[in-house]
Amino acid sequence: MSDILVSEQSAAGASGRPAGRLLEVDDLRVEFRTRDGVAKVINGVTYHVDAGETLAVLGESGSGKSVTAQTIMGILDTPPGFVTGGQVRFHGKDMLTMSAEERRRIRGEGIAMIFQDALSALNPVFTVGFQIAEQFRVRRGLGRAEAKKRAIEMLDQVKIPNAKGRFNNYPHQFSGGMRQRAMIAMSLALDPEVLIADEPTTALDVTVQAQIMDLLAELQRERQMGLILITHDLGVVADVADRIAVMYAGRIVEEANVYDLYAKPAHPYTLGLLNSIPRLDEKGQQLRTIKGLPPNLMNIPPGCPFNPRCPMAQPVCREKIPPLLQVGAGRASACHFAEELVNRD
Amino acid sequence: MSDPSTASIVSTPRAEQPSQIGAPADAGLPENARKEKPRGLLGDAWQDLRRKPLFWISATFIVIFLVMAAFPSLFTNGDPVNGALSRSRVEPGADGWFGYDVQGRDVYARVIYGARASIVVAVLSVAGTLLIGGTMGIIAGYRGGWVDGLLSRIADVFFGLPFVLGAIVILTTFNGSGTDNSTPEIMGLVILSLTVLSWPVVMRLMRSSVLATKEADYIVAARALGAGTGRIILKHLLPNCLAPLLVYGTIMVGSFIGAEATLSFLGVGLKTPVVSWGIMISEAQQYIRVSPFLLFFPAAFLVTAVLSFVMLGEAVREALDPKLR
Amino acid sequence: MGRYLLRRLLQLIPVFIGTTFLIYWLVWSVPGDPFAGKCGERACPDAYVNMMTEKFKLNENIFVQYGNYMQNLFQGDFGTTFGGRPIGDIIATSYPNTLKLAVVALAIEALIGLTAGVLTGLRRNGFLDNLVLVSTLFLIALPVFVIGFVLQWVLGVQWGIVKPTVSNEMRISELIVPGFVLGSASMAYIARVSRTSIAENRRADYVRTAIAKGLPMRRVVGVHLLRNSLIPVVTLLGTDLGALMGGAIVTEGIFGINGIGRQVFRAIVTKESATVVSIVVVLVLVYLLMNLLVDLLYAALDPRIRYE
Repeated sequence: MSDILVSEQSAAGASGRPAGRLLEVDDLRVEFRTRDGVAKVINGVTYHVDAGETLAVLGESGSGKSVTAQTIMGILDTPPGFVTGGQVRFHGKDMLTMSAEERRRIRGEGIAMIFQDALSALNPVFTVGFQIAEQFRVRRGLGRAEAKKRAIEMLDQVKIPNAKGRFNNYPHQFSGGMRQRAMIAMSLALDPEVLIADEPTTALDVTVQAQIMDLLAELQRERQMGLILITHDLGVVADVADRIAVMYAGRIVEEANVYDLYAKPAHPYTLGLLNSIPRLDEKGQQLRTIKGLPPNLMNIPPGCPFNPRCPMAQPVCREKIPPLLQVGAGRASACHFAEELVNRD
Repeated sequence: MSDPSTASIVSTPRAEQPSQIGAPADAGLPENARKEKPRGLLGDAWQDLRRKPLFWISATFIVIFLVMAAFPSLFTNGDPVNGALSRSRVEPGADGWFGYDVQGRDVYARVIYGARASIVVAVLSVAGTLLIGGTMGIIAGYRGGWVDGLLSRIADVFFGLPFVLGAIVILTTFNGSGTDNSTPEIMGLVILSLTVLSWPVVMRLMRSSVLATKEADYIVAARALGAGTGRIILKHLLPNCLAPLLVYGTIMVGSFIGAEATLSFLGVGLKTPVVSWGIMISEAQQYIRVSPFLLFFPAAFLVTAVLSFVMLGEAVREALDPKLR
Repeated sequence: MGRYLLRRLLQLIPVFIGTTFLIYWLVWSVPGDPFAGKCGERACPDAYVNMMTEKFKLNENIFVQYGNYMQNLFQGDFGTTFGGRPIGDIIATSYPNTLKLAVVALAIEALIGLTAGVLTGLRRNGFLDNLVLVSTLFLIALPVFVIGFVLQWVLGVQWGIVKPTVSNEMRISELIVPGFVLGSASMAYIARVSRTSIAENRRADYVRTAIAKGLPMRRVVGVHLLRNSLIPVVTLLGTDLGALMGGAIVTEGIFGINGIGRQVFRAIVTKESATVVSIVVVLVLVYLLMNLLVDLLYAALDPRIRYE
């Protein structure tokens, strides 16, 4: 276990960048101001991703995983969303304080994003080819013919059959899987260093899901990108992720490499998630679930936000917010009883 | 370690967690936060309306105009029809607040009494339009097939006539210079022509509204439970389509007040001795250079009335449409 | 596409026949004696009555009359006024004037309406938004003749900036005020439709994607957002061109423009039945064809729509 961590850290060090990480989110805070009140959606999220590494961000709907990604990309809807604190650093430079123009140049070339629903994420009135070629024309200043050639190459790379013929098709003429491939081609057109994939397979059939995940993993290896994979699906995570960050109520509650997390979760929420997976070898048994509801973000309970649902909750959990602390090498948990969890048998 | 390959996070069974059902996959906002105060669409709309000054202003004006139309003598004891030529085009003053017109009639009394004709014509035309258009729309939408095709083509025929042009043709045919219809007959004709030329719009609105709700699960369920056509229309379809219809009706009252005035202005609508704002404006236009007040007061009343109805309708529509918030 | 076009054309025929028949019936048949009051104060001369009866087959039933009239019409014969002037001439001289006025009105309403709608749609609830909302309410609420009178009086009579009436030369500069008056209500609708459309599409996923691609804001709005939002606006504009020509009666009357609306109104007042019917037929035909054109335009603008 420990040598995995060591090799990972040396890999980051060997990438040759002088100071720090490729992309870091540092104590990010975001709130949504609605007419019913203020919802604290992100409450101090910290994570990072390095070149050639896949970070999975895992959480339920409303845990803040997508909002974090939107904030990184600078596509948060304002209003109602407002960043109230923290930093998002790309190559060590805080993007939240950059000029709009500087930030725009990072989009697509530095950090790119693919969305859950490719049908609504692609513009319905332009051809798929146009939408990919557009980037070469606008960002690279290429001519029409050259941009088209490059766009067809991109479609080829994501294994769309008859890429040349599909260039002039509209998004609605593609199947769901093909659309997501086109979306991937579009996001990779400018060769980004970081790719954020926001639930890239949720809207697809199970068989197509696996193909898309394989494609993403392959492209990531080839291009040595940092990949942030946002998902609520533990199954997707296991095969491709190097590290996993589990989010709950706008916080990271646990971060660990994928083997440690599955073997010995250091947070009761993670434990609950793993236990709620239906197991083929326990046929006939009742599904184990986490009791209760995620907290209302306009009125987060004092102390640990998970305490009302936690089977291990003690009085201290209702009073003190547990900070995200190291538990063992290279992993962290935000639970007062993390040590006990890790050290149990 | 359990095998995670087929699993996703289902933290609790659905029965225990009704608020999660049908929630968007990840809508940024936590859905349980939104469900804090359960209010219906209508309740929400009312909350929205209550805070709008525009709504209160227009509603107040409408009430004043309705009272004016019903009991003009509450506002004035002047005579709107007979005047003394000695007072012809006397400027507004302490005696006659809005002055006197060419025939020495009290302009203030006339604008007050003018409300009745304008509002009665507009309200009755709207009622007729909603009734005919609504019925046709429900039949066309609900029956579909050739009935829909036929009714839609008939609507197209009337829709193809430009509004002012159509009204002029109808009114000159039945109410030309050679005819001498009584006041209620003329009003009836104006109402008829407004209705005949406007119902297709309402029909289209209603038809698409019925088409949209017809296939809704609760209608299908009602039909499966054996509810008859009449019951489904009355109990299920109508209440759902009513809100947009009423909003449109309110706005239409405003535009019909304007349309009536336009027709009177062109000399094909209401005629003296009927008192209406349109007639007053039509009479005043010859004296626009010497006595602009003759035009100003009826025009101001007309514009205020039209604006009030249009604004009320707009405010309600905006409150009812969640997309516009 | 071809089959759709054919079906729409076939659908158009009964509507065209229905509308024109309705007008024909109202103008010729309903008043009883078709010549009552048609020749000024006196009764019509027998020669004229005989000629018209012969030409329009007025002794036959209404359907034969109508059929005969349409037959003549499609051979380009619109008939003559009782003064003997060919109605085709009247239409030929006055129609271009109305078309010119309608095009100016359309240009003004598109320019002002779109600008106001796009600006307020992008930036809702600001001062400009409220200003535009209130002014569109006014434009929708005010009857055209009131707006026309006020502008003519204030700009033409009081301030003397423009001439109160339009000369026969129909210069574009003279048509700006009448065009504004004619297009005022539509302008308000266009502002509102484009505002709503922009505001709805602004939060669309594909706009987010365009931003995430690192496109300049100008391109995100100007290409991705506008192209989608303008589809309903363009259709509204198309339908409007047909409606504007039919609705120009009041405006042409106020500003003394020798257009088709003024001719038809004069014909109605003087009971020139043949003229009324002919002009209305032309207006209806234009209106129906514009609507068909708009449908086809819609398909061209939105690739998701496929007519089969």
